[in-house]
Amino acid sequence: MSAAKTTVDTTSAAFSQNRESMLEGIEALSEQLDKALAGGGEKYVDRHHSRGKLTARERIELLLDPDTPFLELGALAGWGTDFNVGGSIITGIGVVEGVECMIIANDPTVKGGSSNPVTVKKGFRAAEIAAKNGLPSINLVESGGADLPTQKDIFIPGGASFKHITQASEDRRPTVALVFGNSTAGGAYIPGMSDYVVMVDGGAKVFLGGPPLVKMATGEESDDESLGGASMHAKTSGLADYLAVDERDAIRLGRQIIRRLNWRKKGPAPKPDFAEPVFDEEELLGIMPNDLKIPFDPREVIARIVDGSEFDEFKPLYGSSLVTGFAEIHGYPMGILANAQGILFSQEAQKAAQFIQLANQSDTPLLFLHNTTGYMVGAEYEQGGIIKHGAQMINAVSNSKVPHISIVMGASYGAGHYGMSGRAYDPRFMFSWVGAKSAVMGPAQLAGVMEIVARQSAESKGQPFDAEGFQGIKDYVEQQIEEQSLAFFTSGMGYDDGVIDPRDTRTILGICLSAIHTAPVEGARGYGVFRL
Amino acid sequence: MITSVLVANRGEIARRVFRTCRELGIRTVAVYSDADTDMPFVAEADVAVRLPGNSPAETYLRGDLIIAAAKRTGADAIHPGYGFLSENAGFARDVEAAGLTWIGPSPDAIDSMGSKIRAKEIMASAGVPVLDVDLDGVTPGELPLLVKASAGGGGRGMRIVQRLEDLDTELAKARSEAESAFGDGTVFVEPYLPKARHVEVQILADTHGQVWAVGDRDCSIQRRHQKVVEEAPAPNLSEKARTTLHIAAREAAKAVGYRGAGTVEFLVDGDRVFFLEMNTRLQVEHPVTEEVHGIDLVAWQLVIAEGKPLFGEVPEAEGHAIEVRIYAEDPANDYAPQTGVVRRFDVPAEPGVRVDSAIESGSEIGVHYDAMIAKIIVHAPDRETAIRKLDDVLRRTVATGLITNLTALRQILAADEVREAQLWTSMLEDNESTWFAKSDEAAIERAAIAGALAEATVAAQSSRVLNRISTAWRNVPSQPRVREYEGGFRVEYRNERGRLVSDAVTVVQAAPDAVVLEHDGVTEQYEVAVGDGYVDVTGPNGTYSFTPVPMFVDPADVVVEGSLLAPMPASVIDVAVTDGQQVRKGDTIAILEAMKMQHTLSAPRDGIVSGLRIVVGNQVESGAVIAIIEEGTEV
Repeated sequence: MSAAKTTVDTTSAAFSQNRESMLEGIEALSEQLDKALAGGGEKYVDRHHSRGKLTARERIELLLDPDTPFLELGALAGWGTDFNVGGSIITGIGVVEGVECMIIANDPTVKGGSSNPVTVKKGFRAAEIAAKNGLPSINLVESGGADLPTQKDIFIPGGASFKHITQASEDRRPTVALVFGNSTAGGAYIPGMSDYVVMVDGGAKVFLGGPPLVKMATGEESDDESLGGASMHAKTSGLADYLAVDERDAIRLGRQIIRRLNWRKKGPAPKPDFAEPVFDEEELLGIMPNDLKIPFDPREVIARIVDGSEFDEFKPLYGSSLVTGFAEIHGYPMGILANAQGILFSQEAQKAAQFIQLANQSDTPLLFLHNTTGYMVGAEYEQGGIIKHGAQMINAVSNSKVPHISIVMGASYGAGHYGMSGRAYDPRFMFSWVGAKSAVMGPAQLAGVMEIVARQSAESKGQPFDAEGFQGIKDYVEQQIEEQSLAFFTSGMGYDDGVIDPRDTRTILGICLSAIHTAPVEGARGYGVFRL
Repeated sequence: MITSVLVANRGEIARRVFRTCRELGIRTVAVYSDADTDMPFVAEADVAVRLPGNSPAETYLRGDLIIAAAKRTGADAIHPGYGFLSENAGFARDVEAAGLTWIGPSPDAIDSMGSKIRAKEIMASAGVPVLDVDLDGVTPGELPLLVKASAGGGGRGMRIVQRLEDLDTELAKARSEAESAFGDGTVFVEPYLPKARHVEVQILADTHGQVWAVGDRDCSIQRRHQKVVEEAPAPNLSEKARTTLHIAAREAAKAVGYRGAGTVEFLVDGDRVFFLEMNTRLQVEHPVTEEVHGIDLVAWQLVIAEGKPLFGEVPEAEGHAIEVRIYAEDPANDYAPQTGVVRRFDVPAEPGVRVDSAIESGSEIGVHYDAMIAKIIVHAPDRETAIRKLDDVLRRTVATGLITNLTALRQILAADEVREAQLWTSMLEDNESTWFAKSDEAAIERAAIAGALAEATVAAQSSRVLNRISTAWRNVPSQPRVREYEGGFRVEYRNERGRLVSDAVTVVQAAPDAVVLEHDGVTEQYEVAVGDGYVDVTGPNGTYSFTPVPMFVDPADVVVEGSLLAPMPASVIDVAVTDGQQVRKGDTIAILEAMKMQHTLSAPRDGIVSGLRIVVGNQVESGAVIAIIEEGTEV
């Protein structure tokens, strides 16, 4: 057991500068989240309220067990696109009747809750998280269906959302649909595929075709209620299992359904008693340098997020640019890989590969703390087999079966992003600290590389290279890459599950680990651990 | 020599008598009804005998069973306490006939004083001034009148008549209530003197002809003619009146050959003094006399019962004592008696504070007996100090689980008239709307905040999962958390960086059982008990109980508008309407009886009676729907 210690000087100028800078980033995050919270804007929220309806977030708050946490996922989805931030849907993990559930709520104040490409992508991610972690799901439905102008992007792939619902059911993960309003055409299959369906009397409207479409198709005169009213579905079609008198009652019934699921978590339980970190998580603000080029010791971060600040380092004297070791977070065992000096050399790659295998051998989930500029380049390293060694690490990450959680603290560039279990390597959860950057390489480097390539290209053609003229292109590219590597942007693309305040890291890990342990945790088998 | 005493009573008075017996080395025997099985007085007696059933008629009024119990347990004396059989001459005779010692006056004295009409005749002939009204010739000039049950006590069966035409109805009602409560429908009428005070004199008389008047008490602060605050000595009383009272009291006792402890009650209007009645028993309020005179009246009762003479000097009064009666009742709701489990009962145990309590934490208050749960008595060098001390003790007294009159008592003690000792018997009735209206809303709201924060912490920490995540944590906070309590209390709070915050106050600390708030630079500590359906908050301004408004209501449980609900567990003694009948707002629908008090259920609005669910004799639960008054008129 390593004694907790720290070398962070909270009185230093660097610390306070870092802290200031991080607080600015957090303020910026808060401003961006406000866009998601605004939904369709004041006008539409007021109109929704004036109809006696609750907003999606009010429904969620009522649904949750009072005062238990709610981890919203993908709140910035769609950031930097033409679509509303949040994508007209709210997803997250919350506790309902003591059961951790994936909660998915349409935001009817955003274009009637209709689905656009962002909505579909975010919904898919929610379904994936529910599937991987074995969570039941609750859909709070009120959606006008497809956002027709973008139908080309969603109609064909979007159909999978209905498949996900029934596959969840097949996987013994119950699905509950609480239908508050429109759920028509394709949307009718959300309640249609769900295990339990509650409809709000006078609110829910569930049909394949509305009165105008029916009139066009068959000439029949009809109305909303006879085609898809809640009462009709409860009494006649049988699509609704429960008829709620109002929205609040629907939520009551939803909670009642979850209460009777006889739900048991299948993963190992956490240790009942665990110590909070010795060091204050508040200090995380000043540890992360405001310039990503300055390295920092990730042990200082680890000491502020793990139980009792106790971290047992593995191979501390080998491959020192990557810190590996074991700890516990919220009573759950955890293997941690954290970049220390940014660059991954052969030693670090091999150390990582070995450590990942060890974690799989003992069914220990893995946490990746990213701050990497990628694998080392240069003749010496290529000749030393950096590709082979990096491949060993990526191989180990790819075939690891224990749950991974990735946190991008600073940079996550190049293949280092892959080796550290980036988005494409299916971490169960992935979050970015404000100020984090993910890209193929640093913006300045990328622009510099482009300049060199352009110069070489010009020279090979025997043309003069207009360095001054290229400067504009270089600046533009650098700026564009800078923008597109920022956490808000990558989160907006759906490449992580959210941008977070570093001080929330431990709490978020606690929630994620608990959700993860809803499903069994079992590492990969096949070979013994290769000593690399 | 008495060696073992059976107390033919319950609650605080049984415990009170046991305490003195214990001090004197006398063994103790309790009798108890089924409902009282778990009450402290049963456990505190050396042995106890069950009286099967619950109603007083089945239990504490069953003299035969009580005498048999005394025989079976080897008790050689019976102490009747107050109420029940304490002034029943027949029982006293049976006790003596059974060869047991009766700790009380002679049956003849009880007889003479038990009939209030006869008592007045005796007093008048002994020269003690009395009040009297000749029922056959009541004139409007004699109004208002007070109708009293001859066999009654404690305000039961009393009715005020303001208009001559109401006299017959009120007499009838008083007779029926007296009949049901005491088995004797005799009533009498006297002038109602609204500005007179109630002053009484404590008497001790031995079998050797000695009669002591051991000081006086003022018991003017009453609700529904039931004493609430009592003090000794009676303040602001002229020496002339005091002398008259003491002489009259001794004369009254001598007139009936009294023995034991007794009380002679008077109405005092300036220097005018009228005999009201003589109570041939220990009074509820006897402790104030004990504290001021430094004596043990129960011990003297035992001395007298053993045939020994009073000895020494009549003890002098020293300082001032005040007693308040804690009732399980709702002063805001016509003093409706409350039933249920007392979750916690704690009175600060300090020098100068005496608690005579029927209950302890966890005791259950049922429908069968009196709603008084305890008496708190404070003794101090002077009246002002006594009031200050008592108010402070009440502030720090915790009585949760049901509504009590604790707050009302503090409001009474705060009144100028009380502080200045301007006392009259209807002073509470005349002033309660203003006295009870004063409350510190801001303090209650802060208590509600403390309650909500503790409740939130309990909720978060008792979750089956994620119970170590900080309370109400959100990574994307969209709205405050809200907790609502009955009475219109709404508390908003949120998690900010792992701590609970509220806009109204600074939250210093929020734990499941303790909350610290800071308000205008003042730090306040709150102790909170959170349970199913309640949040009890004890803070610097006293203890408040909040009832959470349920988050969800099953539509099947929703009460139809216009429903008339039973306010308490009670039995139905009259149903005044039938289904389909047209009623006007305020019309009587039914009459219930609980704790020997009648409660009239009136129509909440004009309409038609439907769904009448009761008949006379039914037992109804609190909250049960009695009938629905549908809107509209008969077609």
